[in-house]
Amino acid sequence: MRRLLSRFAAAAIACFAISVGAEDAPTVPDTLLQRIAACTSCHGVHGEGGDNGFNPRLAGKPAGYLHRQMQDFQKGLRHYPIMEYTVAPLSDEYMREIADYFAAQQVPYTKQPAPAMSPQATARGEELVTRGDPARGVPACMACHGANLTGVQPDIPGLVNLPYDYISAQLGSWRTNTRNTIAPDCMATIVSRLSDADISAVSAWLATRPVPADAHAEVAGSVTPPMRCGVLGG
Amino acid sequence: MTLTIRLIAFLALAFATGVVPASDLVERGRYLTLAGDCASCHTTRGGAPFSGGRVIGTPFGAIPAPNLTPDRDTGLGAWSADDFYRAMHNGKGHDDRSLYPVFPFTSYTKVTRADTDAIFAYLKSLPPVKRASIEPILRWPYSMRSLIASWRLLYFDEGEFVHDPKRSAAWNRGAYLVQGLGHCNECHANRNAFGAMVSEPYLAGGIIPVQNWYAPDLSMGPNGGLAGWSEADVVALLKTGRSAKGTAFGPMAEVVLQSTQHLTDDDLAAMATYLRSLPERDPPAQRESAANARDLARTGQKVYVEQCADCHGVDGHGKGDAYPPLDLNASVTEPTGINAIRMVLSGGFAPATRDNPRPYSMPPFSQKLSDDDAAAVVTYIRQAWSNKAASVSPNDVRAYKSTPGG
Repeated sequence: MRRLLSRFAAAAIACFAISVGAEDAPTVPDTLLQRIAACTSCHGVHGEGGDNGFNPRLAGKPAGYLHRQMQDFQKGLRHYPIMEYTVAPLSDEYMREIADYFAAQQVPYTKQPAPAMSPQATARGEELVTRGDPARGVPACMACHGANLTGVQPDIPGLVNLPYDYISAQLGSWRTNTRNTIAPDCMATIVSRLSDADISAVSAWLATRPVPADAHAEVAGSVTPPMRCGVLGG
Repeated sequence: MTLTIRLIAFLALAFATGVVPASDLVERGRYLTLAGDCASCHTTRGGAPFSGGRVIGTPFGAIPAPNLTPDRDTGLGAWSADDFYRAMHNGKGHDDRSLYPVFPFTSYTKVTRADTDAIFAYLKSLPPVKRASIEPILRWPYSMRSLIASWRLLYFDEGEFVHDPKRSAAWNRGAYLVQGLGHCNECHANRNAFGAMVSEPYLAGGIIPVQNWYAPDLSMGPNGGLAGWSEADVVALLKTGRSAKGTAFGPMAEVVLQSTQHLTDDDLAAMATYLRSLPERDPPAQRESAANARDLARTGQKVYVEQCADCHGVDGHGKGDAYPPLDLNASVTEPTGINAIRMVLSGGFAPATRDNPRPYSMPPFSQKLSDDDAAAVVTYIRQAWSNKAASVSPNDVRAYKSTPGG
């Protein structure tokens, strides 16, 4: 009798387990993370960035900046075929939600590779980032991106810990007109005043900066941009 | 007093002749431009709606869509309703020049005069935008506009849709929308060497030139691309971008976003009713592309289990309404394999529609899978379960490696 009972109990447990399993099998998590597999497969589950120079880190970048980039890809202002394709069928609200998700992620930074630079190039990179080149009308990177280069809420991205390949590719794409934004496009103006050697020097110097203890973007209004920029409200 | 009499007389006349109040006419026109997906071509990315400028690629060259806003110098400001009807119905511009058939007057000729008048009234109600038309960049000899006369003689049949009294009202409405404003056959058919769409069999599927996606056969009978679909599945896809049988992507995602999601349930159901009546097809011709198809499919099964089965299921049935089934999915089994290759390479989101505002998505595999593995997994899904399509080769994959979205 006891044996029968225990068998019955075992069978009941098995049935319960199977029915639970069957119910669980077809459900798909109703989460944003599950929905945005197309983003996370290249940029990382927390937006930590891919293992190459062209899938940049998104984690912790200001939400306004991330949202704007998706809008620019959608409007054909910024060009990168797979990104233009991926955001094409999205609504503005959905892009905003995705931007908010990546902006809120906090993940440790990893060291980025950078090419060896001559002392002159290193000095030029440091000069452009910290002081700019007033004679050529080039403001310091820090003038907008913050003294720690960690960006400013809600629209200015941080420049620390970006790969050399990514920064130089972006500066190059402003020059070749494959990265634009709403006018006045001040980054396009600045880049038009840089030489090839300048782009290389500034990209390498930025890529080798240590990440500051507090890598969060500074609060809104903490910089006064020296130029009129469309992305900052003109 | 005279005024009152005149007003009464006017109202009586208006009533008797069925004149539609202007605001209703404009609203009806707005709806019809959605059914015709006009803004999709006549708006450049980031540009004012209907102000033109989007460049439409064709095998013969690039043709920018003109400005349809009522600007007098650069748009339709100087056009009359007669001019507009002639363009839609007969493919002739305001200046009597033949329009290039990239403008689908070959389909729009079926649209009634009343509907083109409503569309024209709506376009006239838009804020005028000054945007000069860009001249087409066509290769010789296609740059000779006079050649269109011969083309029209061969391939253009002028004529409004003729109501078929033997069919239901829904069938007639569906046929009118699909054949006319919907201009579905402009993509869902093969095109001949002169760019003319094949009309026999109608809506039997074909490669979309330049964009290089395969627009599947839209018939719902045996051997049809939509075999196994119910009318509700067709309506769901057109309304929400997804259905139990498949998801809209590529150019169709854009059609759903810009056009079909805005149509009434009755009109969508009517379109499905019409598609259901398309005649049976011969089984599609399939050509093996890979030399070692059997080995490829075996490798592909391993790739599938590792990379795809979590979402699409080991049985290929998909999951819920998040991930579409691959078994008996026309975009997997279409004759060329282009759609499956491009989806594997580029992945992407279903369109964010009103009823599916936060769509699920698929990762792009172009950087994850080798060309051999991508060909293997596409070959596997085309031949697994109930699917019986031909293999694709790594060379087929390479052809689409750098063209996400087209």
